[in-house]
Amino acid sequence: MAKPGSEPTTGQPQKIRWGELEEDDGEDLDFLLPPKQVIGPDENGIKKVIEYRFNEDGNKIKITTTTRTRKLANARLSKRAVERRSWPKFGDAVHEDVGARLTMVSTEEIVLERPRAPGSKQEEPKAAGDANPFGKGGAVLMVCRTCGKKGDHWTSRCPYKDLAPQTEGFVDKPAIAEGTGAATGTGKSTYVPPSQRAGASGSERSGTDMRRRNDENSVRVTNLSEDTREPDLLELFRPFGAVSRVYVAVDQKTGISRGFGFVNFVNREDAQRAINKLNGYGYDNLILRVEWATPRTN
Amino acid sequence: MRPILMKGHERPLTFLKYNRDGDLLFSCAKDHNPTVWFADNGERLGTYRGHNGAVWCCDVSKDSMRLITGSADQTAKLWNVQTGQQLFSFNFDSPARAVDLAVGDKLVVITTDPFMELPSAIHVKRIARDPEDQTGESVLVLKGPQGRINRAVWGPLNKTIISAGEDAVIRIWDSETGKLLKESGEDVGHKKTITSLTKSADGSHFLTGSLDKSAKLWDIRTLTLIKTYVTERPVNAVAMSPLLDHVVLGGGQDASSVTTTDHRAGKFEAKFFDKILQEEIGGVKGHFGPINALAFNPDGKSFSSGGEDGYVRLHHFDPDYFNIKI
Repeated sequence: MAKPGSEPTTGQPQKIRWGELEEDDGEDLDFLLPPKQVIGPDENGIKKVIEYRFNEDGNKIKITTTTRTRKLANARLSKRAVERRSWPKFGDAVHEDVGARLTMVSTEEIVLERPRAPGSKQEEPKAAGDANPFGKGGAVLMVCRTCGKKGDHWTSRCPYKDLAPQTEGFVDKPAIAEGTGAATGTGKSTYVPPSQRAGASGSERSGTDMRRRNDENSVRVTNLSEDTREPDLLELFRPFGAVSRVYVAVDQKTGISRGFGFVNFVNREDAQRAINKLNGYGYDNLILRVEWATPRTN
Repeated sequence: MRPILMKGHERPLTFLKYNRDGDLLFSCAKDHNPTVWFADNGERLGTYRGHNGAVWCCDVSKDSMRLITGSADQTAKLWNVQTGQQLFSFNFDSPARAVDLAVGDKLVVITTDPFMELPSAIHVKRIARDPEDQTGESVLVLKGPQGRINRAVWGPLNKTIISAGEDAVIRIWDSETGKLLKESGEDVGHKKTITSLTKSADGSHFLTGSLDKSAKLWDIRTLTLIKTYVTERPVNAVAMSPLLDHVVLGGGQDASSVTTTDHRAGKFEAKFFDKILQEEIGGVKGHFGPINALAFNPDGKSFSSGGEDGYVRLHHFDPDYFNIKI
């Protein structure tokens, strides 16, 4: 056996043999440890528990557990109820070991899930009131932006997607490229300077109005082949009437056509005829798409 | 909110009941031990040992001193709430199901299931002030309804008894003579088994939940249908907020088909409805099985639900619950 030695870590008065210490698994060493300390709970409900124990290497470690006891219900208890709080446990609850953890606070935050966001109420019954087979209470408001149908499909799934006029951002780009004020009539999402908004006073608008009249006869041609240049486009459209301007969008870096262009007619009727004729026309292996450059209200 | 989970029962919950002060919560389950918990922190106070079968229902006296439980072991037992000591056992020839103490705690109504060619019955028993004098004699026995009587409660001034059960008919009986006074009509009544019935805090109306996926609100005197709440799943349990105009419906698909579907599809939520507008306010999720029992704390600030999963979940509402607008 090992020689009895002094006990540097514990400082306990009784003599302890090192050999004995190593043989038992440290379970009987608990008496060597300072007692458990409980501080609090203080007025904030914070409770500190300081425990000491040995880890597997035999080193003494101090564990400080800080817990905050939340007051769950600040109900006013009746005298009888306060009395009941101190009733002794009975039945199976008597032998309840601390580790049983019969009562636990959920780690998950549970919310009262609203069937719809508060405030959306006005819209919801309207959707349900429509002749809509899916429109049960709480059904999502499903409106197709392309064809305007409610509750049938999403915009991306619209069966009429190809038939409907394309009004998304695509329109705006050429308008800017042209450097005109054409943006007024296009998508709502783009910024429109106050002077060009619908409600702006008309006095200083005569100049832009002139331009806009021109723009109104502007025809957008998309799905052009890369080889198409402005003279080609002019050749294609001139048979329909006097053309005031032809423009093909060209990538500034590469110098290659971006595949769309604009043709301005002097006469609106000519433009309409060109659209009727050339929309869907096969040109240079591609099928052209020809339409009014700005979405029309009528 | 962070619900408190209480895992004291090893079998599905069947019933939950708060005492009048709202500080104790009694839970019954298909294991044999009704349990009492502190309703604020969910700590277990004790269990009532002595039953030998599933416990279906319980009721607690107004002074929170006596507990009565109805069990499938063909007894209804009277307990001392504080000590867990059994005071008396009412013995029947068939499983006891619903129990309800009358106002004043002098009478109790106990229903028994149909069993071995015995029809179901509603028994009215007297509760003696001193448990020493307690007898098992019935003051009144009502028979007639087909199938189980899942709930029987006392009407206003203890003059009537309201029963509902498997035959989907709500009946109002005279508690003195045993005469059948009113029946819910076929056109307005439930279509399937009525699983639960709960009275409003003031006792002027009551709510029934049924497997026909709806809950209905009735006038307790005239038995006129006031409101109907429709859900997507069979309703196993109903509760009414004593504070706000809210009703809570609990349910879910049949326990037998739970394992075949995803728990999200099971709709194991406690659904909150506006009592008057009959519109859904929201749902509280959490159980892994159908909700079998619901109870509102008498202060209206918390509610608990018991599920087929054996858990009792005690929910203390967040402050914003009280400001919900629909």
